[in-house]
Amino acid sequence: MPETDKVICITCPKGCRLDVTREGDTILKVDNCGCKRGEEYVKAELIDPRRMVATTVKIKGGVHPLLPVYTAKPFPKPRIRELLGALQQVELQTPVGMGDVVIKDALGTGIDILASREMQPAS
Amino acid sequence: MTQFFDVIIIGGGIVGSMMARYLSRYTLSILLIEKETDICMGATSGNSAFVHAGYDPVPGSLKAYTNVEGNALYEQLSEDLGFDFQRNGDYVVAIGQEDVPALERLMAQGKQNGVPGLEMISGTELLKREPLVNPEAVCAMWAPSGGTCDPFGANIAACENAIQNGVQVMLETEFLDFICEGSRIIGIRTNRGDFTCRWAVNAAGLYADEVMHKAGMRPEFKIQPRRGEYYVLDEAEIQLNPCFFPTPSAAGKGILVAGTVHGNVIIGPNAEVINDKEDRAVTSTGLQEVICGAKKIIPSLTLRPVISLFAGLRAYGNAPCETPGVDYGHDFIIEIPSKIQGLVNLGGIESPGLTAAPAIALRVIEKLKDAGEKLEEKKDWNPVRQRRPRFRHLSLDERAELIRKDERYGRVVCRCETVTEGEIVAEIHAPLPARTYDAIKRRTWLGTGRCLGGFDLPRVVDILARELGESPLEVSKKGPGSEFLAGTTKPGMFGGEG
Amino acid sequence: MAIKDIYDVVVIGAGPGGLAAAIAAKQNGARDVLIIERDLEPGGILLQCIHNGFGLEIFKQDLPGPSYAQKFINDALSCGVDLLLDTMVLDITPDRRIFTASRKGGIREIRAKALVLAMGCRERTRAQVRLPGTRPAGVYTAGTAQRWVNVEGYMPGKKFVILGSGDIGMIMARRLTFEGAKVERVLEVMPFLTGLTRNYVQCLLDYDIELQLQHTVKRIIGNKRVEAIEAVAVDEKWEPIPGSEEIIPCDTLLLSVGLIPENELSRKAGVALDGLTAGPFVDDRFETNVPGVFAAGNVVHVYDLVDWVTQAGLASGKAAALYAVEQEHKTQRKIPIRSGENVHHVVPQHICADSLKYADIKLQLRVKQPVEDPVWVEVRKGANLVARRAERYARPGEMITVTLPVKAYDEVEAAEELTVAIMKR
Repeated sequence: MPETDKVICITCPKGCRLDVTREGDTILKVDNCGCKRGEEYVKAELIDPRRMVATTVKIKGGVHPLLPVYTAKPFPKPRIRELLGALQQVELQTPVGMGDVVIKDALGTGIDILASREMQPAS
Repeated sequence: MTQFFDVIIIGGGIVGSMMARYLSRYTLSILLIEKETDICMGATSGNSAFVHAGYDPVPGSLKAYTNVEGNALYEQLSEDLGFDFQRNGDYVVAIGQEDVPALERLMAQGKQNGVPGLEMISGTELLKREPLVNPEAVCAMWAPSGGTCDPFGANIAACENAIQNGVQVMLETEFLDFICEGSRIIGIRTNRGDFTCRWAVNAAGLYADEVMHKAGMRPEFKIQPRRGEYYVLDEAEIQLNPCFFPTPSAAGKGILVAGTVHGNVIIGPNAEVINDKEDRAVTSTGLQEVICGAKKIIPSLTLRPVISLFAGLRAYGNAPCETPGVDYGHDFIIEIPSKIQGLVNLGGIESPGLTAAPAIALRVIEKLKDAGEKLEEKKDWNPVRQRRPRFRHLSLDERAELIRKDERYGRVVCRCETVTEGEIVAEIHAPLPARTYDAIKRRTWLGTGRCLGGFDLPRVVDILARELGESPLEVSKKGPGSEFLAGTTKPGMFGGEG
Repeated sequence: MAIKDIYDVVVIGAGPGGLAAAIAAKQNGARDVLIIERDLEPGGILLQCIHNGFGLEIFKQDLPGPSYAQKFINDALSCGVDLLLDTMVLDITPDRRIFTASRKGGIREIRAKALVLAMGCRERTRAQVRLPGTRPAGVYTAGTAQRWVNVEGYMPGKKFVILGSGDIGMIMARRLTFEGAKVERVLEVMPFLTGLTRNYVQCLLDYDIELQLQHTVKRIIGNKRVEAIEAVAVDEKWEPIPGSEEIIPCDTLLLSVGLIPENELSRKAGVALDGLTAGPFVDDRFETNVPGVFAAGNVVHVYDLVDWVTQAGLASGKAAALYAVEQEHKTQRKIPIRSGENVHHVVPQHICADSLKYADIKLQLRVKQPVEDPVWVEVRKGANLVARRAERYARPGEMITVTLPVKAYDEVEAAEELTVAIMKR
């Protein structure tokens, strides 16, 4: 039984409202695209949706108690909750440099978690 | 814990604090109790700040006498106690011919009450002096003795001066009942224990009726909170110095437009009798009433420059005027009843309460003398309270000097009002300590500017936590139950559970 | 580092606008440049914007805010810009004397041959949107909450309602959800989203947070702490529709109801402000009406992408350096740019008649009403078309740029004024 979904494409700021007709995981039709990137977006969204994730982790010895971190690449959406849970337990120590790898290969995805900024020991 | 005091004052608003200050002149041991986490959180915290000239109250009423007497005291008092007061004068404006008879009656009433300097001026003259006024103004009564003050400043200064002169103040201490021996009050019961006293002063504002009923006094007396809403408009957009009133009607003084000591413009209040003595919500209908009323006087007013809105509650009581021949059903109660000994009973102190407060205190002292109390003056009574430095008002050199003494005065925490860390710390450790955000706001005007605390709030929470030795999670806006923060972002931060 | 008494260029604010201005000033001949910043670290608001989305245009990278800031902080320091932190500017005079206060430095007077104002903006408050109800703890602007959550390590509440579909509100909706809080609802008084669609998808849809357009807060409930919000539907005139009220229990109300350029200091310096933007009138070199005083970034008008703030900062810094070094204020004829059909405002508000001789000029604008159809953004001198740009749509939440090209110089140079308007294609 074909189903239709409405999906907002976020490849560019226009945000076309796409009408997607699919049968299970197979995409039959994508209507309302402003350009061909819409179809690619929908395929990715339905099969393997990913998002950039930014959050904070605890850090000791710095001017603030938290260090902002982010995923080096878009992260699998279904595993974001798990990632956030893992990051709650992390506690770093200054000094940390911008771009330092805070967690390598997070949850086995091959995606590193990086420091968004440097933080030096507070004087 | 029982402690003995000569006098216990119930309530730390402007009335109770002025009472404490004037009584502190005598060799009496005095305790002031206040149920909230700070003084000045009741009616004194939400009003127009106006020091009325005294033409409004019915002649022969206590309101009339204490208004005019109190008004005259404000210059000296503000100098002695160190709070802002400006005698800018006020106009009562007649818009249209139909207002004129009422205005003329008001002027006659004012003269009867002894208000100095009242003068009727023409609409043309009014517009020459104040070009923003409604050009349909036919004439106006000019009352040069009207003024405006910082009500928080006055309340806090009076209380600090009292403390300076030996008065004890207990916050978060709520009156529960009187302790009597026959028909004599010998003490009060509070949530922090019992205290014995020879005199109890009922200065409980909105709750004065409930307090006096506990002494069996005036069971028919009832206080109904009258809520009034206000807008504050940005001084950068509109400047007005004096206060403008419409010609009063049966509903009351009406909606005023006034300059404040701060330089801003305040408009309001409307008047709505409500049931809940703690309901200080602003309503959209109330605010509509306020802007409509204000525009009658200053038609060019808009809501664009609004930087604050708030509501105040007035203790609207139903005590009849005791002067023979005066038909007025809402006068102040200022009495030492004979039915019960040891009670100074104050009730229904709504407008002009702020103006009248020092005069009420002086009247009470006279009544105490009449009741046989031997009041002996202290040799070392100091009527002067030294004001703490306010960075915003200092010259560059004075600022530099202040920072040299204490570098915390160099860090500006509230950008809009230029309030420094040094001042905040000084208020936290003052004789009457500020322990909540609102307490600091009342004392320094921090967070009342255009950004309404957006920049300073996290910084002030930090400073309060540090200076009080508590966690930022315990820092509150106005006492227990109003903490700002719910928890830490991650579990196990700052040595806690999260 | 000793602070001098006089600098070629002083920049107020070490956010992205100020950092770019300082760097450009140094690279364009200023012998000494100072940035004065009120916070303990440079970076401005970017320090608390830990989410990605910065640098897509100028670096072709998707960076979090602090990383974007760090790049410019490093550049500024390495090209020799002086940095004065934890210092508040108290006053500026029209002849560019700056008075500051700080714990370590006391009161200082610093003179600038050229000044760049880059103070950014503040958030619209509860009073400015006149929300009825009580005044409990728990009513915060989204930016204040963001500072607590991302920098200081505190959660301002557990259950949230957010007023405003601006970007900061939507970003915080996701952020709070990440940290275990519940966002009950986002209310928006307009019939359209005021932030970016990308944020709607990634912050609200992804987390099943309901957005109600044409809804607002009727009143705040709760004496000591927020206990609930009474939400209500509104019509096109923002009037509440009776019967549509809904009480939403929560403990925090976040306000994301607009940003206002922060121009307290600009006023003191005698800078004229545009009522439409609440920022200074500037020309194409970002100079204000006060000679030698320039302004760049959110202090001029609110930008949607930091990349354009950086561009403006670079342009203003360069102009400031040239002014400081050459010491001449070219009294040129200025051509006003008017806002035409469906245009809310344009920056710069006027251009120097000569400028187009040397380089293209970018005009940046926001529309009043959204148009979800292809449009022309047209610049006209009277009836004559001078320049135009095709856009696939026009939304108030997204700034539009239209360029006046060098080849239009002859046409523009003779103009009394130019008008920018939006036309359906």
